[in-house]
Amino acid sequence: MMTNIEQRWKDVAALAARIRRHTIEMTHRAKASHVGSSLSMVELLTVLYAQILRVDPNNPDWPDRDRFILSKGHGCASYYAILAEVGFFPVEWLETFYQNGSKLAGHATHTYIPGIEISTGSLGHGLSVATGMALAAKRDNKSYRTFCMLSDGECDEGSTWEPVLFAPQHRLDNLVAIVDYNKIQSLGTVKEVMDLESLTAKWESFGWAVREIDGHDLREIESVLSQIPFEKDKPSCVIAHTVKGKGVSFMENKLLWHYRSPQEDEYEAAIRELEGEG
Amino acid sequence: MRTAFIQELFAIAQKDPRIVLMVGDLGFGVVTPFIERLPRQFVNAGVAEQNMTGMAAGMALSGKIVFTYSIANFPVLRPLEQIRNDVCYHNANVRIVAVGGGMAYGSLGPSHHATEDIAVMRAMPNMLVVAPGDPIEARLATRALVEYEGPAYLRLGRAGEPIVHRSEPHFALGKAIMVREGNDATLISTGGLLPEVMEAAERLAEHNVQVRVLSMHTVKPLDEEAVLAAARETSALFTVEEHSVVGGLGGAVAELLLEAGLFPAKFKRIGIRGGFSSKVGTQNYLREQYNLNALGIVNTVRDELKF
Repeated sequence: MMTNIEQRWKDVAALAARIRRHTIEMTHRAKASHVGSSLSMVELLTVLYAQILRVDPNNPDWPDRDRFILSKGHGCASYYAILAEVGFFPVEWLETFYQNGSKLAGHATHTYIPGIEISTGSLGHGLSVATGMALAAKRDNKSYRTFCMLSDGECDEGSTWEPVLFAPQHRLDNLVAIVDYNKIQSLGTVKEVMDLESLTAKWESFGWAVREIDGHDLREIESVLSQIPFEKDKPSCVIAHTVKGKGVSFMENKLLWHYRSPQEDEYEAAIRELEGEG
Repeated sequence: MRTAFIQELFAIAQKDPRIVLMVGDLGFGVVTPFIERLPRQFVNAGVAEQNMTGMAAGMALSGKIVFTYSIANFPVLRPLEQIRNDVCYHNANVRIVAVGGGMAYGSLGPSHHATEDIAVMRAMPNMLVVAPGDPIEARLATRALVEYEGPAYLRLGRAGEPIVHRSEPHFALGKAIMVREGNDATLISTGGLLPEVMEAAERLAEHNVQVRVLSMHTVKPLDEEAVLAAARETSALFTVEEHSVVGGLGGAVAELLLEAGLFPAKFKRIGIRGGFSSKVGTQNYLREQYNLNALGIVNTVRDELKF
Protein backbone atom coordinates (compact mmCIF):
# COMPACT_ATOMS: atom_id res chain seq x y z
CA MET A 1 0.00 0.00 0.00
CA MET A 2 1.46 3.31 -1.08
CA THR A 3 1.35 6.08 1.50
CA ASN A 4 -0.10 9.45 0.65
CA ILE A 5 3.36 10.97 0.68
CA GLU A 6 4.73 8.35 -1.68
CA GLN A 7 1.75 8.82 -3.97
CA ARG A 8 2.32 12.58 -3.95
CA TRP A 9 5.94 12.17 -5.01
CA LYS A 10 4.88 9.73 -7.70
CA ASP A 11 2.44 12.36 -8.99
CA VAL A 12 5.10 15.05 -8.98
CA ALA A 13 7.50 12.79 -10.87
CA ALA A 14 4.75 12.03 -13.39
CA LEU A 15 4.10 15.74 -13.81
CA ALA A 16 7.81 16.35 -14.45
CA ALA A 17 7.78 13.57 -17.04
CA ARG A 18 4.81 15.18 -18.82
CA ILE A 19 6.59 18.56 -18.85
CA ARG A 20 9.68 16.91 -20.34
CA ARG A 21 7.62 15.23 -23.03
CA HIS A 22 5.73 18.44 -23.86
CA THR A 23 9.08 20.22 -24.17
CA ILE A 24 10.39 17.69 -26.69
CA GLU A 25 7.15 17.76 -28.66
CA MET A 26 6.92 21.55 -28.67
CA THR A 27 10.49 22.19 -29.77
CA HIS A 28 10.26 19.43 -32.39
CA ARG A 29 6.99 20.67 -33.86
CA ALA A 30 8.15 24.30 -33.76
CA LYS A 31 11.65 23.52 -35.04
CA ALA A 32 12.70 25.63 -32.06
CA SER A 33 16.01 26.15 -30.31
CA HIS A 34 16.73 25.97 -26.58
CA VAL A 35 15.43 22.49 -25.89
CA GLY A 36 18.49 21.86 -23.68
CA SER A 37 17.83 24.99 -21.60
CA SER A 38 14.18 24.04 -21.20
CA LEU A 39 14.98 20.48 -20.10
CA SER A 40 17.54 21.46 -17.47
CA MET A 41 14.93 23.22 -15.33
CA VAL A 42 12.02 20.78 -15.64
CA GLU A 43 12.29 19.50 -12.06
CA LEU A 44 12.78 23.00 -10.66
CA LEU A 45 9.66 24.30 -12.43
CA THR A 46 7.67 21.23 -11.48
CA VAL A 47 8.40 21.51 -7.77
CA LEU A 48 7.84 25.27 -7.81
CA TYR A 49 4.40 25.05 -9.41
CA ALA A 50 3.28 21.79 -7.79
CA GLN A 51 4.49 22.43 -4.25
CA ILE A 52 6.02 25.79 -3.51
CA LEU A 53 4.38 28.75 -5.25
CA ARG A 54 1.21 30.14 -3.72
CA VAL A 55 -0.60 30.77 -6.97
CA ASP A 56 -4.15 30.14 -8.13
CA PRO A 57 -4.57 29.23 -11.79
CA ASN A 58 -8.23 30.21 -11.54
CA ASN A 59 -7.29 33.65 -10.25
CA PRO A 60 -3.95 34.46 -11.89
CA ASP A 61 -4.03 38.12 -10.83
CA TRP A 62 -4.72 37.36 -7.17
CA PRO A 63 -2.90 40.30 -5.49
CA ASP A 64 -1.25 38.20 -2.79
CA ARG A 65 0.04 35.47 -5.10
CA ASP A 66 3.71 34.55 -5.11
CA ARG A 67 5.46 35.97 -8.15
CA PHE A 68 7.61 33.88 -10.45
CA ILE A 69 9.79 35.39 -13.18
CA LEU A 70 11.61 33.31 -15.74
CA SER A 71 14.55 35.57 -16.43
CA LYS A 72 16.00 32.99 -18.82
CA GLY A 73 13.08 33.56 -21.17
CA HIS A 74 14.57 31.38 -23.91
CA GLY A 75 13.79 28.30 -21.82
CA CYS A 76 10.09 28.99 -22.12
CA ALA A 77 8.94 25.67 -23.63
CA SER A 78 8.97 23.87 -20.29
CA TYR A 79 7.64 27.00 -18.58
CA TYR A 80 4.61 27.18 -20.85
CA ALA A 81 4.16 23.44 -20.34
CA ILE A 82 4.06 23.64 -16.54
CA LEU A 83 1.68 26.63 -16.64
CA ALA A 84 -0.67 24.66 -18.90
CA GLU A 85 -0.39 21.47 -16.87
CA VAL A 86 -1.28 23.18 -13.59
CA GLY A 87 -4.24 24.88 -15.23
CA PHE A 88 -3.36 28.45 -16.19
CA PHE A 89 -4.38 27.83 -19.79
CA PRO A 90 -5.45 24.88 -21.95
CA VAL A 91 -2.78 22.28 -22.69
CA GLU A 92 -3.82 22.43 -26.36
CA TRP A 93 -2.23 25.87 -26.61
CA LEU A 94 1.17 24.18 -26.35
CA GLU A 95 0.70 22.83 -29.86
CA THR A 96 0.78 26.40 -31.19
CA PHE A 97 4.23 27.21 -29.76
CA TYR A 98 6.13 29.43 -32.27
CA GLN A 99 3.32 29.26 -34.84
CA ASN A 100 1.92 32.19 -36.79
CA GLY A 101 -0.90 33.75 -34.80
CA SER A 102 -0.01 31.88 -31.59
CA LYS A 103 -0.03 33.34 -28.11
CA LEU A 104 3.15 31.42 -27.29
CA ALA A 105 6.27 33.19 -28.56
CA GLY A 106 9.77 31.76 -28.46
CA HIS A 107 10.58 33.74 -25.35
CA ALA A 108 8.30 34.03 -22.33
CA THR A 109 5.62 36.55 -23.24
CA HIS A 110 2.98 37.91 -20.90
CA THR A 111 0.49 39.22 -23.43
CA TYR A 112 -2.62 37.03 -23.47
CA ILE A 113 -1.06 34.31 -21.31
CA PRO A 114 -2.43 34.00 -17.78
CA GLY A 115 0.18 33.28 -15.14
CA ILE A 116 3.14 35.01 -16.75
CA GLU A 117 4.18 38.03 -14.71
CA ILE A 118 6.51 39.60 -17.23
CA SER A 119 7.89 39.00 -20.67
CA THR A 120 11.56 38.18 -20.86
CA GLY A 121 14.01 37.21 -23.54
CA SER A 122 16.82 39.69 -23.21
CA LEU A 123 19.04 38.36 -20.45
CA GLY A 124 19.83 40.21 -17.25
CA HIS A 125 16.40 41.82 -16.79
CA GLY A 126 14.34 39.46 -14.65
CA LEU A 127 16.09 39.78 -11.32
CA SER A 128 15.72 43.58 -11.26
CA VAL A 129 12.00 43.37 -11.90
CA ALA A 130 11.70 40.62 -9.30
CA THR A 131 13.60 42.79 -6.83
CA GLY A 132 11.17 45.65 -7.47
CA MET A 133 8.26 43.32 -6.76
CA ALA A 134 9.90 42.10 -3.55
CA LEU A 135 10.61 45.68 -2.50
CA ALA A 136 6.98 46.67 -3.14
CA ALA A 137 5.83 43.74 -0.98
CA LYS A 138 8.08 44.87 1.87
CA ARG A 139 6.91 48.46 1.60
CA ASP A 140 3.27 47.34 1.65
CA ASN A 141 3.74 44.71 4.39
CA LYS A 142 2.55 42.00 2.00
CA SER A 143 3.50 38.39 2.57
CA TYR A 144 3.94 37.22 -1.03
CA ARG A 145 7.35 35.98 -2.16
CA THR A 146 9.07 36.63 -5.48
CA PHE A 147 11.05 33.91 -7.25
CA CYS A 148 13.34 34.47 -10.20
CA MET A 149 14.97 31.77 -12.31
CA LEU A 150 18.23 32.76 -13.97
CA SER A 151 20.49 30.99 -16.40
CA ASP A 152 24.18 30.66 -15.73
CA GLY A 153 24.93 32.50 -18.98
CA GLU A 154 23.03 35.56 -17.88
CA CYS A 155 25.31 35.85 -14.87
CA ASP A 156 27.72 37.34 -17.45
CA GLU A 157 25.43 40.38 -17.62
CA GLY A 158 26.50 43.30 -15.43
CA SER A 159 22.83 44.11 -14.93
CA THR A 160 22.36 40.76 -13.15
CA TRP A 161 24.77 41.87 -10.45
CA GLU A 162 23.08 45.22 -9.79
CA PRO A 163 20.07 43.64 -8.04
CA VAL A 164 22.40 41.08 -6.46
CA LEU A 165 24.01 44.09 -4.75
CA PHE A 166 20.73 45.85 -4.01
CA ALA A 167 18.62 43.08 -2.47
CA PRO A 168 20.79 42.33 0.60
CA GLN A 169 21.17 46.07 1.29
CA HIS A 170 17.38 46.24 1.60
CA ARG A 171 17.07 42.93 3.49
CA LEU A 172 14.73 41.42 0.90
CA ASP A 173 14.28 38.01 2.47
CA ASN A 174 11.10 37.62 0.41
CA LEU A 175 13.20 37.33 -2.76
CA VAL A 176 14.55 34.05 -4.14
CA ALA A 177 16.97 33.70 -7.02
CA ILE A 178 17.40 30.26 -8.56
CA VAL A 179 20.32 29.75 -10.89
CA ASP A 180 19.81 26.92 -13.37
CA TYR A 181 23.50 26.06 -13.44
CA ASN A 182 23.65 23.66 -16.39
CA LYS A 183 27.25 24.67 -17.15
CA ILE A 184 26.74 25.28 -20.86
CA GLN A 185 26.03 28.63 -22.44
CA SER A 186 25.68 29.84 -25.99
CA LEU A 187 29.11 29.31 -27.53
CA GLY A 188 30.72 26.90 -25.12
CA THR A 189 30.86 25.69 -21.56
CA VAL A 190 30.54 28.27 -18.84
CA LYS A 191 34.07 27.43 -17.78
CA GLU A 192 35.40 28.17 -21.26
CA VAL A 193 33.38 31.31 -21.96
CA MET A 194 33.20 33.12 -18.62
CA ASP A 195 34.01 31.00 -15.62
CA LEU A 196 31.57 31.78 -12.82
CA GLU A 197 33.35 29.86 -10.10
CA SER A 198 33.04 30.08 -7.28
CA LEU A 199 29.44 31.02 -8.00
CA THR A 200 28.26 30.23 -4.49
CA ALA A 201 31.03 32.31 -2.95
CA LYS A 202 30.14 35.21 -5.25
CA TRP A 203 26.48 35.30 -4.18
CA GLU A 204 27.44 34.78 -0.54
CA SER A 205 29.95 37.60 -0.64
CA PHE A 206 27.22 39.92 -1.95
CA GLY A 207 25.13 39.06 1.12
CA TRP A 208 22.77 36.32 -0.04
CA ALA A 209 22.01 33.11 1.85
CA VAL A 210 22.95 30.40 -0.61
CA ARG A 211 22.12 26.69 -0.93
CA GLU A 212 23.54 24.36 -3.54
CA ILE A 213 21.28 21.56 -4.69
CA ASP A 214 20.93 18.84 -7.28
CA GLY A 215 18.45 20.56 -9.56
CA HIS A 216 16.97 17.28 -10.74
CA ASP A 217 16.26 15.78 -7.30
CA LEU A 218 12.60 16.55 -6.70
CA ARG A 219 12.73 15.89 -2.96
CA GLU A 220 15.86 17.95 -2.43
CA ILE A 221 14.40 20.87 -4.41
CA GLU A 222 11.21 20.76 -2.36
CA SER A 223 13.07 20.42 0.91
CA VAL A 224 15.31 23.43 0.22
CA LEU A 225 12.65 25.71 -1.28
CA SER A 226 10.43 25.00 1.72
CA GLN A 227 13.03 26.62 3.99
CA ILE A 228 12.83 30.09 2.47
CA PRO A 229 14.10 32.44 3.70
CA PHE A 230 17.26 30.55 4.48
CA GLU A 231 18.25 33.37 6.80
CA LYS A 232 16.11 36.17 8.17
CA ASP A 233 16.76 39.53 6.49
CA LYS A 234 18.73 37.98 3.65
CA PRO A 235 17.58 37.20 0.12
CA SER A 236 17.87 33.52 -0.77
CA CYS A 237 19.83 32.06 -3.66
CA VAL A 238 19.61 28.49 -4.86
CA ILE A 239 22.44 27.31 -7.07
CA ALA A 240 20.85 24.36 -8.81
CA HIS A 241 23.37 22.03 -10.41
CA THR A 242 21.64 20.75 -13.51
CA VAL A 243 22.35 18.98 -16.77
CA LYS A 244 21.63 20.71 -20.03
CA GLY A 245 19.26 18.53 -22.07
CA LYS A 246 18.46 16.42 -19.00
CA GLY A 247 16.41 13.30 -19.63
CA VAL A 248 17.40 12.56 -23.21
CA SER A 249 20.76 10.81 -23.19
CA PHE A 250 21.99 12.11 -26.54
CA MET A 251 21.11 15.70 -25.63
CA GLU A 252 22.68 15.73 -22.19
CA ASN A 253 25.66 18.04 -21.72
CA LYS A 254 25.86 18.82 -25.42
CA LEU A 255 26.34 22.40 -26.62
CA LEU A 256 24.58 21.47 -29.87
CA TRP A 257 21.28 21.18 -28.02
CA HIS A 258 21.33 24.81 -27.03
CA TYR A 259 20.31 25.39 -30.65
CA ARG A 260 19.31 22.21 -32.39
CA SER A 261 15.67 21.35 -32.77
CA PRO A 262 14.88 17.61 -32.58
CA GLN A 263 14.50 16.21 -36.09
CA GLU A 264 11.99 13.44 -36.78
CA ASP A 265 14.31 10.54 -35.91
CA GLU A 266 15.73 12.37 -32.91
CA TYR A 267 12.26 13.25 -31.73
CA GLU A 268 11.17 9.63 -31.95
CA ALA A 269 14.29 8.41 -30.18
CA ALA A 270 13.77 10.99 -27.42
CA ILE A 271 10.14 10.00 -26.90
CA ARG A 272 11.11 6.31 -26.84
CA GLU A 273 13.69 7.07 -24.19
CA LEU A 274 11.25 9.10 -22.11
CA GLU A 275 8.77 6.25 -22.31
CA GLY A 276 11.41 3.86 -21.04
CA GLU A 277 11.95 2.06 -24.30
CA GLY A 278 15.24 3.69 -25.17
CA MET B 1 11.49 73.15 -12.93
CA ARG B 2 13.28 70.67 -10.70
CA THR B 3 12.00 72.44 -7.59
CA ALA B 4 8.47 72.68 -8.95
CA PHE B 5 8.52 68.99 -9.78
CA ILE B 6 9.80 67.85 -6.41
CA GLN B 7 7.49 70.12 -4.43
CA GLU B 8 4.45 68.99 -6.40
CA LEU B 9 5.38 65.31 -6.24
CA PHE B 10 6.01 65.53 -2.49
CA ALA B 11 2.65 67.22 -1.92
CA ILE B 12 0.83 64.51 -3.89
CA ALA B 13 2.86 61.66 -2.40
CA GLN B 14 1.88 62.69 1.13
CA LYS B 15 -1.70 61.82 0.22
CA ASP B 16 -1.06 58.99 -2.24
CA PRO B 17 0.99 56.06 -0.93
CA ARG B 18 1.26 54.59 -4.43
CA ILE B 19 3.82 57.27 -5.33
CA VAL B 20 7.46 56.18 -5.14
CA LEU B 21 10.44 58.37 -5.93
CA MET B 22 13.40 56.24 -7.01
CA VAL B 23 16.72 57.97 -7.59
CA GLY B 24 20.02 56.86 -9.03
CA ASP B 25 22.06 58.23 -6.12
CA LEU B 26 21.50 61.79 -7.29
CA GLY B 27 19.43 64.71 -6.04
CA PHE B 28 21.53 65.96 -3.12
CA GLY B 29 19.51 68.52 -1.18
CA VAL B 30 16.58 68.16 -3.57
CA VAL B 31 15.05 64.87 -2.47
CA THR B 32 15.51 65.48 1.27
CA PRO B 33 11.76 65.81 2.05
CA PHE B 34 11.20 62.33 0.70
CA ILE B 35 14.13 60.84 2.62
CA GLU B 36 13.08 62.45 5.88
CA ARG B 37 9.31 62.37 5.75
CA LEU B 38 8.31 59.67 3.26
CA PRO B 39 11.06 57.06 3.61
CA ARG B 40 8.76 54.22 2.58
CA GLN B 41 8.04 56.02 -0.67
CA PHE B 42 11.68 56.70 -1.46
CA VAL B 43 14.32 54.37 -2.91
CA ASN B 44 17.94 55.13 -3.66
CA ALA B 45 18.88 52.51 -6.25
CA GLY B 46 22.53 53.46 -6.09
CA VAL B 47 24.58 54.21 -9.18
CA ALA B 48 22.80 51.47 -11.11
CA GLU B 49 20.29 52.82 -13.61
CA GLN B 50 19.52 49.47 -15.22
CA ASN B 51 18.48 48.00 -11.90
CA MET B 52 16.67 51.23 -11.01
CA THR B 53 14.53 50.97 -14.13
CA GLY B 54 13.88 47.24 -13.87
CA MET B 55 12.92 47.60 -10.21
CA ALA B 56 10.67 50.52 -11.07
CA ALA B 57 8.85 48.26 -13.52
CA GLY B 58 8.53 45.57 -10.85
CA MET B 59 7.16 48.03 -8.30
CA ALA B 60 4.79 49.54 -10.85
CA LEU B 61 3.49 46.09 -11.73
CA SER B 62 2.83 45.68 -7.99
CA GLY B 63 0.60 48.75 -7.83
CA LYS B 64 3.04 51.63 -7.41
CA ILE B 65 3.48 54.75 -9.51
CA VAL B 66 7.23 55.06 -9.72
CA PHE B 67 9.17 58.17 -10.69
CA THR B 68 12.77 57.31 -11.56
CA TYR B 69 14.96 60.36 -11.25
CA SER B 70 18.45 61.18 -12.37
CA ILE B 71 20.51 63.56 -14.46
CA ALA B 72 20.27 64.03 -18.21
CA ASN B 73 21.02 60.80 -20.07
CA PHE B 74 21.53 58.59 -17.03
CA PRO B 75 17.93 57.44 -16.53
CA VAL B 76 17.31 57.32 -20.30
CA LEU B 77 20.17 55.95 -22.34
CA ARG B 78 21.94 53.59 -19.94
CA PRO B 79 18.79 51.60 -19.11
CA LEU B 80 17.20 51.94 -22.54
CA GLU B 81 16.48 48.24 -22.94
CA GLN B 82 14.93 48.10 -19.48
CA ILE B 83 12.75 51.05 -20.53
CA ARG B 84 11.69 49.26 -23.70
CA ASN B 85 11.24 45.69 -22.46
CA ASP B 86 10.39 46.07 -18.79
CA VAL B 87 8.56 49.40 -18.68
CA CYS B 88 7.01 50.01 -22.10
CA TYR B 89 6.19 46.44 -23.07
CA HIS B 90 4.31 45.98 -19.81
CA ASN B 91 2.76 49.43 -20.01
CA ALA B 92 4.01 49.97 -16.47
CA ASN B 93 3.29 53.14 -14.52
CA VAL B 94 6.87 54.33 -14.51
CA ARG B 95 7.71 57.97 -15.10
CA ILE B 96 11.30 58.55 -16.14
CA VAL B 97 12.40 61.96 -14.97
CA ALA B 98 15.55 63.55 -16.35
CA VAL B 99 16.80 66.80 -14.89
CA GLY B 100 19.13 68.85 -17.02
CA GLY B 101 17.37 68.41 -20.35
CA GLY B 102 19.32 69.84 -23.28
CA MET B 103 22.55 71.53 -22.24
CA ALA B 104 21.45 72.59 -18.77
CA TYR B 105 24.62 71.02 -17.38
CA GLY B 106 26.56 72.92 -20.03
CA SER B 107 30.01 73.17 -18.50
CA LEU B 108 29.98 69.52 -17.42
CA GLY B 109 30.49 68.49 -21.02
CA PRO B 110 28.73 66.37 -23.62
CA SER B 111 28.40 63.31 -21.34
CA HIS B 112 25.91 65.43 -19.39
CA HIS B 113 24.12 66.97 -22.39
CA ALA B 114 20.74 65.33 -23.04
CA THR B 115 20.39 66.15 -26.70
CA GLU B 116 18.98 62.97 -28.24
CA ASP B 117 16.63 61.93 -25.46
CA ILE B 118 13.39 63.16 -27.04
CA ALA B 119 14.12 61.29 -30.26
CA VAL B 120 14.97 58.09 -28.44
CA MET B 121 12.01 58.25 -26.07
CA ARG B 122 9.62 59.12 -28.91
CA ALA B 123 10.57 55.86 -30.58
CA MET B 124 9.63 53.77 -27.55
CA PRO B 125 6.21 52.11 -27.91
CA ASN B 126 3.60 53.25 -25.36
CA MET B 127 5.84 56.09 -24.16
CA LEU B 128 4.45 59.56 -23.47
CA VAL B 129 7.07 62.30 -23.91
CA VAL B 130 6.71 65.51 -21.92
CA ALA B 131 9.09 68.49 -21.82
CA PRO B 132 7.56 71.41 -19.87
CA GLY B 133 8.45 74.96 -20.87
CA ASP B 134 8.61 76.59 -17.44
CA PRO B 135 8.16 75.75 -13.74
CA ILE B 136 4.39 76.25 -13.96
CA GLU B 137 4.13 73.67 -16.72
CA ALA B 138 6.48 71.37 -14.81
CA ARG B 139 4.18 71.51 -11.80
CA LEU B 140 1.07 70.87 -13.88
CA ALA B 141 2.75 68.08 -15.83
CA THR B 142 3.75 66.34 -12.60
CA ARG B 143 0.17 66.48 -11.39
CA ALA B 144 -1.14 65.14 -14.70
CA LEU B 145 1.42 62.35 -14.79
CA VAL B 146 0.19 60.93 -11.50
CA GLU B 147 -3.23 60.44 -13.07
CA TYR B 148 -1.87 59.13 -16.36
CA GLU B 149 -1.89 55.39 -17.07
CA GLY B 150 1.25 53.98 -18.72
CA PRO B 151 4.90 54.89 -19.15
CA ALA B 152 6.00 58.48 -19.47
CA TYR B 153 9.17 60.49 -19.90
CA LEU B 154 9.43 63.85 -18.17
CA ARG B 155 12.27 66.07 -19.36
CA LEU B 156 13.01 68.91 -16.98
CA GLY B 157 15.48 71.75 -16.97
CA ARG B 158 17.34 72.60 -13.80
CA ALA B 159 16.26 75.04 -11.10
CA GLY B 160 15.51 78.72 -11.30
CA GLU B 161 14.18 79.06 -14.83
CA PRO B 162 11.99 82.12 -15.46
CA ILE B 163 8.24 81.72 -15.27
CA VAL B 164 6.48 82.31 -18.58
CA HIS B 165 2.85 81.80 -17.64
CA ARG B 166 1.55 84.77 -15.69
CA SER B 167 -1.51 82.79 -14.64
CA GLU B 168 -2.10 79.08 -14.49
CA PRO B 169 -2.88 77.89 -18.01
CA HIS B 170 -5.26 75.09 -18.86
CA PHE B 171 -2.97 72.08 -19.01
CA ALA B 172 -3.74 68.73 -20.58
CA LEU B 173 -1.19 66.16 -21.66
CA GLY B 174 -1.07 66.07 -25.45
CA LYS B 175 -2.54 69.56 -25.86
CA ALA B 176 -0.28 72.45 -26.78
CA ILE B 177 -0.66 75.76 -24.98
CA MET B 178 -0.89 78.83 -27.20
CA VAL B 179 1.23 81.26 -25.24
CA ARG B 180 1.09 84.05 -27.77
CA GLU B 181 -1.23 84.71 -30.65
CA GLY B 182 -0.09 85.71 -34.11
CA ASN B 183 -0.66 84.86 -37.73
CA ASP B 184 2.57 85.75 -39.55
CA ALA B 185 4.62 82.78 -38.35
CA THR B 186 4.55 80.13 -35.63
CA LEU B 187 7.28 79.17 -33.23
CA ILE B 188 6.59 75.76 -31.76
CA SER B 189 8.68 75.32 -28.64
CA THR B 190 9.31 72.34 -26.38
CA GLY B 191 11.18 72.26 -23.10
CA GLY B 192 13.16 74.94 -21.38
CA LEU B 193 13.69 77.22 -24.38
CA LEU B 194 10.20 78.67 -24.00
CA PRO B 195 11.39 81.91 -22.34
CA GLU B 196 13.88 82.48 -25.18
CA VAL B 197 11.16 81.79 -27.73
CA MET B 198 8.83 84.28 -26.03
CA GLU B 199 11.53 86.93 -26.01
CA ALA B 200 12.23 86.22 -29.68
CA ALA B 201 8.53 86.67 -30.46
CA GLU B 202 8.52 90.05 -28.68
CA ARG B 203 11.55 91.21 -30.65
CA LEU B 204 10.01 90.06 -33.92
CA ALA B 205 6.89 92.05 -33.07
CA GLU B 206 9.11 95.12 -33.11
CA HIS B 207 9.64 94.30 -36.78
CA ASN B 208 5.87 94.02 -37.27
CA VAL B 209 5.99 90.25 -37.49
CA GLN B 210 3.32 88.78 -35.23
CA VAL B 211 4.43 85.34 -34.16
CA ARG B 212 2.23 82.66 -32.68
CA VAL B 213 3.98 80.70 -29.92
CA LEU B 214 2.91 77.18 -29.05
CA SER B 215 4.33 75.54 -25.98
CA MET B 216 4.41 71.93 -27.11
CA HIS B 217 5.01 70.48 -23.65
CA THR B 218 3.95 67.05 -24.91
CA VAL B 219 5.99 65.90 -27.89
CA LYS B 220 4.31 62.49 -27.99
CA PRO B 221 1.48 62.29 -28.64
CA LEU B 222 1.87 65.47 -30.64
CA ASP B 223 -1.02 67.94 -30.64
CA GLU B 224 -1.71 67.47 -34.33
CA GLU B 225 -4.68 69.80 -34.34
CA ALA B 226 -2.63 72.73 -33.05
CA VAL B 227 0.21 72.09 -35.50
CA LEU B 228 -2.08 71.73 -38.51
CA ALA B 229 -4.00 74.86 -37.53
CA ALA B 230 -0.73 76.78 -37.29
CA ALA B 231 0.32 75.47 -40.70
CA ARG B 232 -2.96 76.60 -42.23
CA GLU B 233 -3.17 79.96 -40.49
CA THR B 234 0.45 81.10 -40.58
CA SER B 235 2.80 80.87 -43.52
CA ALA B 236 5.98 79.88 -41.69
CA LEU B 237 6.61 77.22 -39.06
CA PHE B 238 9.66 76.95 -36.85
CA THR B 239 10.24 74.27 -34.28
CA VAL B 240 12.54 75.17 -31.40
CA GLU B 241 14.16 72.69 -29.06
CA GLU B 242 17.37 72.31 -27.09
CA HIS B 243 17.90 68.96 -28.74
CA SER B 244 19.33 67.52 -31.89
CA VAL B 245 17.36 68.42 -35.00
CA VAL B 246 17.21 64.68 -35.65
CA GLY B 247 14.07 62.97 -34.46
CA GLY B 248 12.83 65.42 -31.85
CA LEU B 249 10.00 67.95 -32.00
CA GLY B 250 11.14 69.14 -35.44
CA GLY B 251 11.07 65.65 -36.81
CA ALA B 252 7.65 64.98 -35.31
CA VAL B 253 6.19 68.15 -36.81
CA ALA B 254 7.80 67.52 -40.22
CA GLU B 255 6.41 63.98 -40.33
CA LEU B 256 2.94 65.24 -39.49
CA LEU B 257 2.93 68.06 -42.04
CA LEU B 258 4.20 65.95 -44.90
CA GLU B 259 1.73 63.16 -44.29
CA ALA B 260 -1.09 65.70 -43.97
CA GLY B 261 -0.10 67.24 -47.30
CA LEU B 262 0.48 70.64 -45.76
CA PHE B 263 3.55 72.48 -46.95
CA PRO B 264 4.15 75.80 -45.21
CA ALA B 265 5.96 78.39 -47.27
CA LYS B 266 8.75 78.16 -44.74
CA PHE B 267 9.64 75.38 -42.34
CA LYS B 268 12.78 75.18 -40.25
CA ARG B 269 13.92 73.02 -37.37
CA ILE B 270 15.78 75.17 -34.89
CA GLY B 271 17.90 72.91 -32.71
CA ILE B 272 21.35 71.47 -32.35
CA ARG B 273 23.17 70.65 -35.56
CA GLY B 274 26.60 69.18 -35.90
CA GLY B 275 26.70 66.56 -33.18
CA PHE B 276 28.65 66.83 -29.97
CA SER B 277 29.44 70.26 -28.63
CA SER B 278 33.08 71.10 -29.18
CA LYS B 279 32.82 74.12 -26.91
CA VAL B 280 32.88 74.38 -23.16
CA GLY B 281 30.51 76.72 -21.40
CA THR B 282 27.37 77.41 -19.48
CA GLN B 283 23.91 76.69 -20.84
CA ASN B 284 23.47 80.33 -21.83
CA TYR B 285 26.83 80.37 -23.59
CA LEU B 286 26.10 77.16 -25.48
CA ARG B 287 22.62 78.39 -26.43
CA GLU B 288 24.25 81.46 -27.90
CA GLN B 289 26.78 79.33 -29.78
CA TYR B 290 24.01 77.20 -31.28
CA ASN B 291 21.74 80.19 -32.05
CA LEU B 292 19.20 78.89 -29.59
CA ASN B 293 18.87 82.05 -27.51
CA ALA B 294 16.33 84.76 -28.32
CA LEU B 295 18.73 86.62 -30.62
CA GLY B 296 19.70 83.44 -32.46
CA ILE B 297 16.06 82.50 -32.95
CA VAL B 298 15.24 86.01 -34.22
CA ASN B 299 18.14 85.87 -36.68
CA THR B 300 17.08 82.47 -37.99
CA VAL B 301 13.51 83.66 -38.50
CA ARG B 302 14.71 86.84 -40.23
CA ASP B 303 17.01 84.82 -42.50
CA GLU B 304 14.18 82.53 -43.50
CA LEU B 305 11.58 85.28 -43.93
CA LYS B 306 14.16 87.62 -45.50
CA PHE B 307 13.57 90.86 -43.67
